[in-house]
Formats: sequence, C-alpha cells, structure tokens
Amino acid sequence: MELLIFYPIAGLCVALAFGVIFNTSPVGSAMCLIGMMLGLAGIFVLLQAHFIAILQIIIYAGAIMVLFMFVIMLLNLKESASADWVSRDKNLLISILTGALAVGILYKIIDITFSADLNSPATLPDTFGTVAVVGESLFTDFVLPFEVASLLLLAAMIGAVVLAKPKLD
Amino acid sequence: MFEGTVPLEHYLALSAVLFVIGIVGVLVRRNVIVVFMSIEIMLNAVNISLIAFDNYLNLSNGQIFSFMVMCVAAAEVSVGLAIIIALHRNKPTVNLDEFNLLKW
Repeated sequence: MELLIFYPIAGLCVALAFGVIFNTSPVGSAMCLIGMMLGLAGIFVLLQAHFIAILQIIIYAGAIMVLFMFVIMLLNLKESASADWVSRDKNLLISILTGALAVGILYKIIDITFSADLNSPATLPDTFGTVAVVGESLFTDFVLPFEVASLLLLAAMIGAVVLAKPKLD
Repeated sequence: MFEGTVPLEHYLALSAVLFVIGIVGVLVRRNVIVVFMSIEIMLNAVNISLIAFDNYLNLSNGQIFSFMVMCVAAAEVSVGLAIIIALHRNKPTVNLDEFNLLKW
C-alpha cells in the first residue's frame, strides 16, 4: 500500500523537477518547484517525519518560493524563449562530457545503493518524527548548532539588507 | 506487488535522480534564477536521503540535519537573491554568461 502511494508521488516529483529546468519562463519554473516541494512533503510524511514535512511546506513552499516569486516579479523577466539554451552551443563538447559524467554518477549511485545489504529495517516507535522527539534532540544534543543557526540567519538578514540597498552612504 | 513498506533503496534512488536533475539544471541553464532553483532541487534531494536513513535507523539526527539544511537554504536564498538584485541593477540581464566582472 505504501508503494502505491510512493510511486505516484515520486514520479510527480521527478516530472516537476524536469519541469523546473525545461521551462522557458521563470514563473513556470517556480510553480513547478512549488509543486515538487509539496510532493517532497508527501514523501516525508510517508517516512513518518511529520515535523519536517510541515517545515518543508512552511519554509520551502511558503517562505523561500514567495521570495523567488518576489524577485521574478521585481526583475520583470521576459520569457527567454529558450535563448539561454542556444548560447551554450559553443561549449558542445563540455556539455556532452558533463552530461556523460552526470549519467555515470547516477548509474554508480543507484548501482551501489541496490547492491548494498540494507534489508533489516528497524521497528519504529509511535513517537518517531513527532515535534516532541525532534525538539528534545534539538535542545539537548544539538543545542550549539541551533544557536549557530540563529546567528547565521541574523547575518543573512543583515547581509541581504545591505546588498539590496541602492547605495551605501 | 504493491504490498509492504517502501524499501530504503527507492528513497535513495529518488534522491539521486533529483540530485542529478539539479546538477543538469545548473549546467545547462543560463538564467540565473533557474540556476538558483536547481540548487534548491539539490538541497531537497539531500534532505530525502537524510530522512530516509533516519527512518531506517530509527534516529532523529537526520531530521535535525535536514532542519539545518533548511536554515542554510533560507539564508542562502535571501543573500543570493539580494546579490541577483544588486547585479541586475548594474547590468540589466539575468544571463550568467554576461556576468564577467570577476573574470580575468
């Protein structure tokens, strides 16, 4: 039954990811990316990581994609009509080589993954992935990275304001 | 055929496929916004792996890691988009090939 849910969501995610990179208009790419992130939230629910699934929807599909849409609207991007693909023709050899490299990496990863002995799943307790369990881990073992993350977000906020300011006096 | 739980390999394969799609997006597209979105695809692909192993090993470390990945992604997006706006102000284009200020 879980497989019956997994395959449509996984197929949808892969199709939408292709939609992101093959779309000529940036707004279409952003819409595909929002759909992909919602699909990944479904994958996380299937993995019983409910807290991360909600965070995925709130942070990625909500905050980050709204920021993307703001910038696309702000820059007033025209449809590029696949012009940015044509300009890569001069690097045809490099494109082919990197494409072959990507396919090789994918083949090797999947080959190693499927030949590994990974067939003894742990039995999960009912509390797996709840806010209580993740939060307890976050505030005991990982309290220092948590504080550093707040510092990182503060630095990013100040940096974004400084960078986007028209002119520093 | 469709009985039982999803094996770990399937999640890892999905993660690898999405990661490679992200790499292809970064390599072939020249629109700076789309390249940025491809980076987001790669970050999300890694999150799948982390949480799949978490589920497999009954830990919560992977979920904390993916939480941190989301924090870094949020910071990266805000700073990156600010850089794109600043660049766009100097040179009204979004084609990465035309940004050659730092080229020697």
